[in-house]
Amino acid sequence: MENIGLLIDGFGHILSWNHILLMMVGVTLGILVGVLPGLGAPNGVSLLLPLTFSMDPISAIILLSCMYWGALFGGSTTSILFNIPGEPSSVATTFDGYPMAKAGQASRALTLAFVSAGLGALAGVVMITLLSGWVANFALKFSSPEYFAVYFLAFASFISMGAQSPFKTLVSMMLGFALASVGMDTISGNLRLTFDIPELIKGVSFLIAVMGLFGIGELLLTTEEGLRFEGIKARVKLAEIGRTLIEIPRYWLTIVRSTIIGIWMGITPAGPTAASFMSYGVARRSARDKSMFGKGDPRGVVAPETADHSAGTSALLPMLALGVPGSATAAVMMGGLMIWGLTPGPMLFTDRPDFVWGLIASMYLGNVVAVFLVIATVPLYASILRVPFSIIGPIIVAVIFSGAYQVANSISDIFLVISFGLLGYVFKKLDYPLAPLVLAMVLGDKAEDAFRQSMLMSGGSLSIFWSNGLVSGLMTLGLVLLLSPVAFWLVGTLRKRRHDVASHGDGNAAA
Amino acid sequence: MKKSVSIICIMAAALGVAAPAAAFEPNRPVEFVVTAGPGGGTDIFARTIQAIIAKYELMKTPVIVTNKGSAGGAEGFVYTAGYKGDAYKLAFGTNNAYLLPVRAKVPYKAEDLTPVAALASDEFVLWVNGKADYATAADFVAKAKEGGLKIGGSQSKDVDQILASMINDATGAEIGYIPFKSGGEAAVQLAGEHIDANVNNPSENLGQWQAGMVKPLCVFKSVKLSSEAKVAGDKGWSDIPTCKEAGIPIDSYSMPRTVWLPAGVEPDVVQFYADVLRKVSETPEWAKYLADTSQSPVYLSGDDLKSAVEVYGAAVSEVLKREGWLAN
Repeated sequence: MENIGLLIDGFGHILSWNHILLMMVGVTLGILVGVLPGLGAPNGVSLLLPLTFSMDPISAIILLSCMYWGALFGGSTTSILFNIPGEPSSVATTFDGYPMAKAGQASRALTLAFVSAGLGALAGVVMITLLSGWVANFALKFSSPEYFAVYFLAFASFISMGAQSPFKTLVSMMLGFALASVGMDTISGNLRLTFDIPELIKGVSFLIAVMGLFGIGELLLTTEEGLRFEGIKARVKLAEIGRTLIEIPRYWLTIVRSTIIGIWMGITPAGPTAASFMSYGVARRSARDKSMFGKGDPRGVVAPETADHSAGTSALLPMLALGVPGSATAAVMMGGLMIWGLTPGPMLFTDRPDFVWGLIASMYLGNVVAVFLVIATVPLYASILRVPFSIIGPIIVAVIFSGAYQVANSISDIFLVISFGLLGYVFKKLDYPLAPLVLAMVLGDKAEDAFRQSMLMSGGSLSIFWSNGLVSGLMTLGLVLLLSPVAFWLVGTLRKRRHDVASHGDGNAAA
Repeated sequence: MKKSVSIICIMAAALGVAAPAAAFEPNRPVEFVVTAGPGGGTDIFARTIQAIIAKYELMKTPVIVTNKGSAGGAEGFVYTAGYKGDAYKLAFGTNNAYLLPVRAKVPYKAEDLTPVAALASDEFVLWVNGKADYATAADFVAKAKEGGLKIGGSQSKDVDQILASMINDATGAEIGYIPFKSGGEAAVQLAGEHIDANVNNPSENLGQWQAGMVKPLCVFKSVKLSSEAKVAGDKGWSDIPTCKEAGIPIDSYSMPRTVWLPAGVEPDVVQFYADVLRKVSETPEWAKYLADTSQSPVYLSGDDLKSAVEVYGAAVSEVLKREGWLAN
């Protein structure tokens, strides 16, 4: 394998104490910006960018990419501990991670999240190493109809006739779509739903919404329940981390499946957020015993984390090979490439193999370093939960408000975050699901753009979604996933009627 | 050196000599508002200037760069315009500063901003897929007249779509337009043969051209590009014919990179920043930035800039009016 040889050369370029030290600095800074909601990876990386102007490109990219890995891990931490996702892609981790933490299993949830994220990322890098030439060409096959089909697939696999009423799911999702459309519309260039309020032209930031809905909403509920965090009766022991590590192989099926979903969504490239939601949805559907999902099922942490990181890592390949950033952070790094005098794009692989393969080698090492560093922080974070709520609660509010302000340096965002907090509280009280709203907000405008671009391409004909094997396959799979719960429900009712036996539907057969 | 300067200052003050041109000097951090997301052309424009100012110590106070790129950059301009008379907010953009209020109902007007300087002019090139069998722009136009061709570009009713409309108007072709989020997306869509052409800036398609995935047909400029460097094989920027000679009668179309202050600032403030930016534009680092991104050197300020803005605004408004895109 030619690529393996190149990779070994890459390791040759990066293996020095200097670079290892840079990795540790990058990861640590990344964890810091990831943990503080609102700051996030793109801001962190652009703050660090001016420092790298005088560095050589390989050291610079090691520092910045390691900061990115660190921020991704840090984002999961707040999802699990405080129900505040630091990054869009870690929203799905809150669904089961936060209940686990509340039930006194914070260390277990954090360790599971970090290790599965690390495994996902490594799988992504291995894929990049082996398939770099092929994947770049595959990504070129994607145009608007294919993008729409992938988003559709993500929606379809996440939505199911779950515990909540389908109508409540629909209401929540439509609200999400409406919020996603605030601001300037890409296709017409006009402003929508801004009501002539200057603050609204930038749209409603996703981060503001989740900080309010999840963070503030949860705090209100906790306050109502009597000012205390439940759980954490036992002391945090290192043994618990060890026990969790031994437990990991039990989830091999979830990990393998989520890795595949993650890599697929990363190279297609629908991105880590779609991947984590889809992976969570698929894990819940295919589980034999669904009763614990949403209440602290470890698989609900492992699945989104693995997919998030494998997608995040594999998404770097189209960026390197095509010169198109897959995320805001990647865009900043690409700006950096140009300032360091490199041209991102297909020729980077041939012109500067030392840089490309040095970066890929640093992804192996950087992720290993990141996993060790974050696991070392688990006892620290878990002990935060032992601080009485009356102290930690106000601190969380302060952190959320300052985070909300930092998103766009705008005071109006603080009022927005409070409104979202109230909305989140009402949703929880009335048993409306928040996840469909969040999913619609993240993917809604992208799906809309892709759909309308497709319509412009085809002159208004829906047949464009069945115009080639790739898009037809994706659409068909999406429709099957979307309709399968209805089909199972129908079959279930028919059978019930025929046998007059009260069987509980057939929804737990593998979808 | 420093001492003598301060002595002169004291003497000037003591003698009561008014020195209006040098009166303003920032005494707290200055905010550079980038009206685009991180990593894009405008972002690199602003951050390069930030780096040069820091290197040559052209300003005594630090510079903070913030990205406010939502709504096609309107977020940053609304933000800047809101600080009426504030000498510490500079907005970095393109011609979108005065184009946006014309084509969309954004909550600011061009008059709410004071032009400071234009520092570079980004060119537009007509690109087709590397495997396409058009040899010249005339071939492309001939095919386009049969209908069904699509140009992809960044944003809607913005510079790319206006140029597409101008091509249709000048040649009688009927090319459709598909808006994407960025020029980068339009570049990949062209490389993947999902659209027939794009009108990206040179730097946006550089990587794809090197790899032979796309090829340039002509540049919308009255003379050829000057950069001698070879990009793909024996072809370089200076080998691209102008569109006028290649069969599209559009003399020139370019996008200035501009810097703005809020309305209501004192003239000496404008003069101060215009001077700093002029010094920036004379450094070797700036020349390298222009060469790396294949932009043309321009420095406009004061009345030159105002009249350039008016001329360009009038030309664009004509297109907007024809297409029915005027918002007000």
